[in-house]
Amino acid sequence: MDQTEPAGGGSAVGSDLSIAHAFRARRDRGQATLIPYVCAGHPTRDASLELLVGAADAGADVLELGIPFSDPLADGPTIQRATFEALEGGMTVRGALDLLREFRAARRTPVVLFSYLNPIHRFGVDHFVTAAREAGAQGLLVTDLPAGADPSLESRLAREGLDLIRLLAPTTSADRVPEIAQGASGFLYYISRTGVTGAREALRESLAEEIGKLRSLVDLPIAVGFGISSPEQAALVAGVSDGVVVGSALLDTVDRSGVEAGVRFLASLREAMDRERS
Amino acid sequence: MNKSIVGSDPGPKEIMERRFGIFGGRYVPETLIRALDELEIAYAEAMTDPKFGNELDDLLRDFVGRPSPLYRARRLELEAGWGPIYLKREDLNHTGAHKINNTIGQALLARRMGKARIIAETGAGQHGVATATACALFDMECVVYMGEEDVERQALNVYRMQLLGAEVRPVGSGTKTLKDATNEAIRDWVTNVETTHYIIGSVVGPAPFPRIVRDFQAVIGKEARAQILEVEKRLPSAVIACVGGGSNAMGTFHAFVEDADVALIGVEAAGEGLSSGHHSASLAAGAPGILHGSLSYLLQDEDGQVAPAHSVSAGLDYPGVGPEHSYLKATGRARYVSVDDQSALEAFHRLSRLEGIIPALETAHAVAYLLNDGRQELADGPALLCLSGRGDKDVAHVARIEGRGSIL
Repeated sequence: MDQTEPAGGGSAVGSDLSIAHAFRARRDRGQATLIPYVCAGHPTRDASLELLVGAADAGADVLELGIPFSDPLADGPTIQRATFEALEGGMTVRGALDLLREFRAARRTPVVLFSYLNPIHRFGVDHFVTAAREAGAQGLLVTDLPAGADPSLESRLAREGLDLIRLLAPTTSADRVPEIAQGASGFLYYISRTGVTGAREALRESLAEEIGKLRSLVDLPIAVGFGISSPEQAALVAGVSDGVVVGSALLDTVDRSGVEAGVRFLASLREAMDRERS
Repeated sequence: MNKSIVGSDPGPKEIMERRFGIFGGRYVPETLIRALDELEIAYAEAMTDPKFGNELDDLLRDFVGRPSPLYRARRLELEAGWGPIYLKREDLNHTGAHKINNTIGQALLARRMGKARIIAETGAGQHGVATATACALFDMECVVYMGEEDVERQALNVYRMQLLGAEVRPVGSGTKTLKDATNEAIRDWVTNVETTHYIIGSVVGPAPFPRIVRDFQAVIGKEARAQILEVEKRLPSAVIACVGGGSNAMGTFHAFVEDADVALIGVEAAGEGLSSGHHSASLAAGAPGILHGSLSYLLQDEDGQVAPAHSVSAGLDYPGVGPEHSYLKATGRARYVSVDDQSALEAFHRLSRLEGIIPALETAHAVAYLLNDGRQELADGPALLCLSGRGDKDVAHVARIEGRGSIL
């Protein structure tokens, strides 16, 4: 896929620390990026930091760090539970930024902060963008801020070199895609099915066709998430897209068997994805 | 619904205003945008289709029992020490509250959009019952989400919904009340959006819901305005209604917003008192924030986490409020006051004994304001109070609170 450097591509530390670069590096090797989701403060604060570091070492190219919110209405049971546990453990917006700062001191993998709008709104939008950048974030994804919902707020979020990651859904109409892509940078996140987050057995059969259609409409790399739960699925998605997002399946593994098992799970995804492409 | 990415043009953008001043908007996951666009278009078309209007009017008359009476409450006047006081009797509607005005309208809209599956959230159960009723009438599948705590305190309404053929799904996450039931309804909608219409129960949620619900409820104020003009030959000096999400209040206020001399008073639930932190007074004690798709006043902590609401009445137990109320507060057009659990319970008894009308606990908040503060705070002239619902559903709950044990 031919693509120019997206506007606003974040690069906090060195020129290689950007989301665009992470996608380019994999593409040059014929591979897809692996993008795990970690909920700040789950299962504990320190364990979530360990998971971030472990994920980076297991071959994650970009990390999504979730800021827990009391009303995660786009999330299924797994992320809801993780969220509530994190909040009960005292996680806050500031706490998540501190966690990111500690991670950034240890590893250079780009991080997308993943949040609902209200905690950011309450923190102060401009203040948050500055703090996120200072803490070492490269991107921002706001679940309940679809493109065009609040143009002035969106432009404030996209400032200061943070990539604004946008979601596309199977229900998104074709004529809306360019509008979404216009304000986005880094990559586009394609929700592989209607519904909330959560691991699923089966992926949509039409996924390849849908991604193909999207590629004809936009230049940004396209990562796919929602429901990816096994190395086989990750390999399948890697075969048709530029990136694989895995959230609930990782959290389920961590809940069941601990952080190390979570990291091993990511390594198994990485291996399956690379086998697919090589 | 047309498919997706490979789908067709959804039509013109923003065919109706999505905000009230800065409030409102569409802060939802991307998956819902198309459904909201389609709803906006379907609603705009329905509003200009005389067949839709006629069918709605016929059903409101023959099935709901409209127009609802305007009743002069003379014994209440004696007790309050002023008057005249008029009660707009939404409690006499079929299913016992104003909620049915909206559910009949939205069910007609859903049928028009070809959606045969309906979901709803409910707090007190009144909206759930009204939705289940409309679904029975139109032969639609109906799933109602209800917080576990509300399932407990409104057991009668749970059974009513089941009798009407609805499936009630208890919601055990978060605070287990209306807020979480709404989260779960939105999750269902995100998942089943192509086959399902979400009949939201109040003037909340993403655009165009706050406007649609207000418009379907506006029949309350429209009728009441004409009724009071007929008997009093003048407009009321004040219009009073309780506010949780705020649909009966918005429906009553709407016809009077342009009448600058009519005071609009919304009564929120002060729970155990505003200073206790256990209340539902979003407008009095909240700050603007984003929940359930719109920007509006919201009870929240310093970190932007939504704070649990509290009220003795399940229908007011909600940390948010409709965005148009936030706008009316910001512009000063409406005034919002609050009444605590204890005063509401007293008013529940007083109206029952004075007028032979057992009000819903939600409505009792508005009655309490009128009784306790009306004389001091309101200008002379007739007052209009929206008696939004009847209290049958609350009888067991109140008996339990007052130590009479379980009577059901």
